[in-house]
Amino acid sequence: MNLTLKIWRQKDSKAKGQMVDYKVTDISEHMSFLEMMDVLNEQLVNSGEEPVAFDHDCREGICGMCSMYINGEAHGPDRGVTTCQLHMRMFNDGDTITIEPFRAAAFPVIKDLVVDRMAFERIQQAGGYISVNTSGNTQDANSIPISKHAADEAMDAATCIGCGACVASCKNSSAMLFVGAKVSQYALLPQGQVEAADRVRNMVAQMDLEGFGNCTNTGACEVECPKGISLENIARMNREYLSATLKG
Amino acid sequence: MSGILNSSIGRKFAMALSALFLMIFVLQHFVINLFSVLSPDTFNEISHFMGTFWVIQYVIQPILIIGVIFHFVMGFVLEIKNNKANGVKYAKNNGAANSTWMSRNMIWSGGFILAFLIIHFIDFWIPEINTKYIVGDMSGMYNGEFRYFHELQEKFVPIWRVALYCVGFVFLALHLLHGFDSAFQSVGANNKYTKGLKGFGKAYAIIIPVGFIFIALFHHFNH
Repeated sequence: MNLTLKIWRQKDSKAKGQMVDYKVTDISEHMSFLEMMDVLNEQLVNSGEEPVAFDHDCREGICGMCSMYINGEAHGPDRGVTTCQLHMRMFNDGDTITIEPFRAAAFPVIKDLVVDRMAFERIQQAGGYISVNTSGNTQDANSIPISKHAADEAMDAATCIGCGACVASCKNSSAMLFVGAKVSQYALLPQGQVEAADRVRNMVAQMDLEGFGNCTNTGACEVECPKGISLENIARMNREYLSATLKG
Repeated sequence: MSGILNSSIGRKFAMALSALFLMIFVLQHFVINLFSVLSPDTFNEISHFMGTFWVIQYVIQPILIIGVIFHFVMGFVLEIKNNKANGVKYAKNNGAANSTWMSRNMIWSGGFILAFLIIHFIDFWIPEINTKYIVGDMSGMYNGEFRYFHELQEKFVPIWRVALYCVGFVFLALHLLHGFDSAFQSVGANNKYTKGLKGFGKAYAIIIPVGFIFIALFHHFNH
């Protein structure tokens, strides 16, 4: 198929970016979206132009690196997939595809389609962990009774790959689905209980400090999340936070 | 309390609590107004009780006014903060693919409700306060009869006011269609009852505003 691409080009974090049009031809419908971008970049390199910078790593939908806003949606029009798993069969010959970086004040553009998502790392560092002694005396996790339901819910929350599609899709650039998932994966398990109050307080404080917006429950994040993280995690985080705040 | 309002979740929680309080108020307002259709005498008696009982006048009414002001002010504060959190606007954004129009436009439906509320206050609340606390007439009577039902009917004679109220209630419906279950989500209530609650919320968001529209039209055509 032959396509017209409207791509956000920005030289560096300080430069003023703009949309630039490109044409790509003979794109196979079996290609992934990133393979189509590779074809474009090969074309640009061959013609002596600067290739389009974009994040990618595993190309298997588990690393959370790819981060394109395609035709007005994070990771494009397909559901439950990252950009690397989005196939060109989702588009038609002759289509014009708009490709932009994930937008949020807390996700500044580094170059073209690459954004700085270190804000997520700093939120994780603020409390997204459990303080386990790993000196060799660690208790076998299987010796702690955990209900199947709690284990499943914690695992569902833990599937968040931190790609930032939730922030990109939110009209308020809120990070609450990400933080809700990270808070939940520990809050649901006994190992996470000891530091639960400090964890949610610190992670929410860091989230606010990074400049993410407030959640207004539009649910866009849940729909666009490639891992199907549920809004229930935001509600759980709200409960955890209110409980921690009331405890003082 | 001020500490909790400094956090994004605290602000959500406060916004939701004020919303739940206002939704209870709207429900009781609707039930009382319904009596103006079903039984004008009962409507007069309830109106007189609501307008003169000291607990309602001096305790609940100020709480309600504070709740209304808080909800609007916090709504605008959150909108400003959220706009600040956004980066460069997308060249193409397909919001309809993942969320409802109502959920994305709460600030607009809320703004129109505020405009409606100002008109509603000028129409009913300010004249009532003037009669009771400026003129000093707490009797609730006019020409030997309760005045409330008569005043209500008079207000809905001009078709422009009926039309204005109908538009106001449409925006109330749009606001409630997202606001009802959003308030429960914000206070952390998302569980096995959520599906049922969403259904109840949709019914509430449609029945109450449509009921108010019916009452306005009823008095216009039955004057």
